[in-house]
Amino acid sequence: MSTENHNPQKYYVPDQSIWPLVGAIALGLIAFGAGHYTIEWSKQEAGFGHYFLGAGLLVMVVMLVGWFGDQIRESRAGLYNEQLGRSYKQGMSWFIFSEVMFFMAFFGALFYARMIAVPWLGGASNNEMTGQILWPGFEAIWPLTTTPDGTTTQAMGWFGLPLINTVILVISSVTLHFAHVGLEEGKRQKLKVWLLITIALGLIFLGLQGYEYVHAYRDLGLTLDSGIYGNTFFMLTGFHGLHVTLGAIMMIVMAGRVFAGHFTKNDQFAFQATAWYWHFVDVVWLCLFVFVYVL
Amino acid sequence: MSTIVTDTHSAHDAHDHHDHHPKGIKRWLFTTNHKDIGTMYLWFSLIMFFVGGSMALMIRAELFQPGMQIVDPHFFNQMTTMHGVIMVFGAVMPAFVGLANWMIPMMIGAPDMALPRMNNWSFWILPFAFLIMLSSFFMPGGAPAFGWTFYAPLSTTYSTDSTALFVFSMHIMGMSSIMGAINVIVTIMNMRAPGMSYMKMPLFVWTWFITAFLLIAVMPVLAGVVTMVLTDKYFGTAFFDAAGGGDPVLFQHLFWFFGHPEVYIMILPSFGIVSAIIPAFARKPLFGYASMVYATAAIAGLSFLVWAHHMFTTGMPTFASLFFMYMTMLIAVPTGVKVFNWVSTMWRGAMTFETPMLFSLAFVVLFTIGGFSGIMLAITPVDYQYHDTYFVVAHFHYVLVSGAVFSIMAAAYYWLPKWSGVMYDTFLSKLHFWCSLISVNILFFPMHFVGLAGMPRRIPDYALQFADINAIVSVGGFLFGFSQLIFLAVCIKCALKKGEPAPAKPWEGAEGLEWTVPSPAPYHTFDVPPVIK
Repeated sequence: MSTENHNPQKYYVPDQSIWPLVGAIALGLIAFGAGHYTIEWSKQEAGFGHYFLGAGLLVMVVMLVGWFGDQIRESRAGLYNEQLGRSYKQGMSWFIFSEVMFFMAFFGALFYARMIAVPWLGGASNNEMTGQILWPGFEAIWPLTTTPDGTTTQAMGWFGLPLINTVILVISSVTLHFAHVGLEEGKRQKLKVWLLITIALGLIFLGLQGYEYVHAYRDLGLTLDSGIYGNTFFMLTGFHGLHVTLGAIMMIVMAGRVFAGHFTKNDQFAFQATAWYWHFVDVVWLCLFVFVYVL
Repeated sequence: MSTIVTDTHSAHDAHDHHDHHPKGIKRWLFTTNHKDIGTMYLWFSLIMFFVGGSMALMIRAELFQPGMQIVDPHFFNQMTTMHGVIMVFGAVMPAFVGLANWMIPMMIGAPDMALPRMNNWSFWILPFAFLIMLSSFFMPGGAPAFGWTFYAPLSTTYSTDSTALFVFSMHIMGMSSIMGAINVIVTIMNMRAPGMSYMKMPLFVWTWFITAFLLIAVMPVLAGVVTMVLTDKYFGTAFFDAAGGGDPVLFQHLFWFFGHPEVYIMILPSFGIVSAIIPAFARKPLFGYASMVYATAAIAGLSFLVWAHHMFTTGMPTFASLFFMYMTMLIAVPTGVKVFNWVSTMWRGAMTFETPMLFSLAFVVLFTIGGFSGIMLAITPVDYQYHDTYFVVAHFHYVLVSGAVFSIMAAAYYWLPKWSGVMYDTFLSKLHFWCSLISVNILFFPMHFVGLAGMPRRIPDYALQFADINAIVSVGGFLFGFSQLIFLAVCIKCALKKGEPAPAKPWEGAEGLEWTVPSPAPYHTFDVPPVIK
């Protein structure tokens, strides 16, 4: 069917593909392996989980290369039409919306802990007895540096590294926009330079974030398991960092395609989707900076 | 080729192309066809329906008499948990996605779903996810035993190691649902035939449009909450542990923020199905189409503001309980609009009672009973009595079994001629309906009484005064379970093309694009967009 799609009136229905099934197998292996590996890791036992996890990740990489490779080839061959382009854009927008909701779950946990759980443990609202009998001497403050069971930690300040990282990420959004303008104007050199600068900024952000984690673990005693403050801090910044990593990988792939001469003003969905994703990650960071670091 | 030549050409060789599809196992493994994928979803959900159903029968066998007879309490808990998980995520949701795959492209005049390869990916994730989930039965300590709601600390401090597999299989199931929902929503937004404006879409398309939005909004929240369960259990976080500054009630807030929209995900497509079937057999257009659309949207909007009605007994401040009580009771208004519209559609209609119509009528009556018990549960002070009793079990089985599942059966009978090209076995289908209707009420209606009298749910033993009613309920359970084998027989007969050949439009009063194409529907329904007047 795909060969007869020169008629713009006609719908495009893609050929059969092996990759969805490969992707499902990959996810199955990853889920099974990650589950068993988590159990074995927590018990310090030897087991088979990591083999499945490794195999799954490998199959996943093969799938991504294969599937995206097919897409790129078909797109370059001019098989796609305007309608499919719209479907891709809408699909990506809804995917980003689902990511927003994923972060909402963790922000929700943060707000609930700060506004409700911790004050109530300290006796607020109708919980006078909880404070007096269950957790006497517990002081409800945020950042929660001493948990009800007495674990202590230090809070991460916002000045310094986090502020620098915020500036870096905001600038990277602007430079990516310049790259996009370059693409729109057909100025390939401008596109290449700004895209590479954006990637560099993203990688610097990740490096500094890693450095901040080392600082937190080594100097502040702020760890994933040091109470609800550490939990929300590392889960939110950690998942954000994961998204930055993914975004950086996507941009590196885009850079490869740009240097191979792909993308024009009218054929740039992958680049656009990557840019949307990067801006989304940037916005999440701004929320993070305000609610996790500053306030 | 010029456009005109192509047009006549494609109209001519449409016939050659339509039934030309890859043969053998590859057709199913690598497919990008919405009908193949819909078929696989529907068969998968039927298999899971029997797997989850056999677990329910295990529960009913144990509860047939007071005392412990057949299983030990820990295994009983595994049964209640896996029954819930499999029925919600393995049976009802995939059945609706299967129906969406089959029907939405045909109903809006599209050639296929918008993203056909991703469609196949969403399906094939499911068998792997459930294999992983079921494999946990063979682990030390057995399968998850904390209820399908996996409340902390049952799922964190007190759970067995199957929790890790539960969490990761939930993750990939969620990915499947999100991708499926994105596909549906993009198909509807982008693939409608010329002239098919939003307010001309069949209600099944509308209800799925809104359902897909709910799915994309809440499945990621489920992913977040299972992740927190995982880190609480294995990585030392304290999201749901007061000792570290967290709160087990936080789990319930997050879970039910997902969970309440989730129950509407499992009922809104039913509304769409019934809104297609009742007009067809009452031979009247649907009463109040626009109000149906707005009522569906209102229900979906409200579903985000009612979650804590599951949590009245957790000690929330009174103003919060009252807020959630009033918001919940507000849902009765748009739901009432719907029931009113279905009844008004039938008013002075020329009604006939083919099997899809029978199931739809049963849906309207029995779902309304479930709705009424829902309003009872919404009232905060009386919920203190009903909470965690069999009354709750009766309530949600009325809306889920005689609601959602009955509507899926109705949809299956309504569209089986279109899918398979043959009429289903009328005698068997009527037998299936009457057996199901009678047994489902023997099964679930008496649960209201034991619940009001205080019998707790999820407990393998009970006080002697509940013995008679529990025996009746168990008999109803086995009757209902085995009645579904009749449905299996009907489906297999249709799949083997045993039956009268079906015309393009087997139902005199049916409306919609799907009836303009032959039965069985050609492999590729529309090569060029049909024009809607």
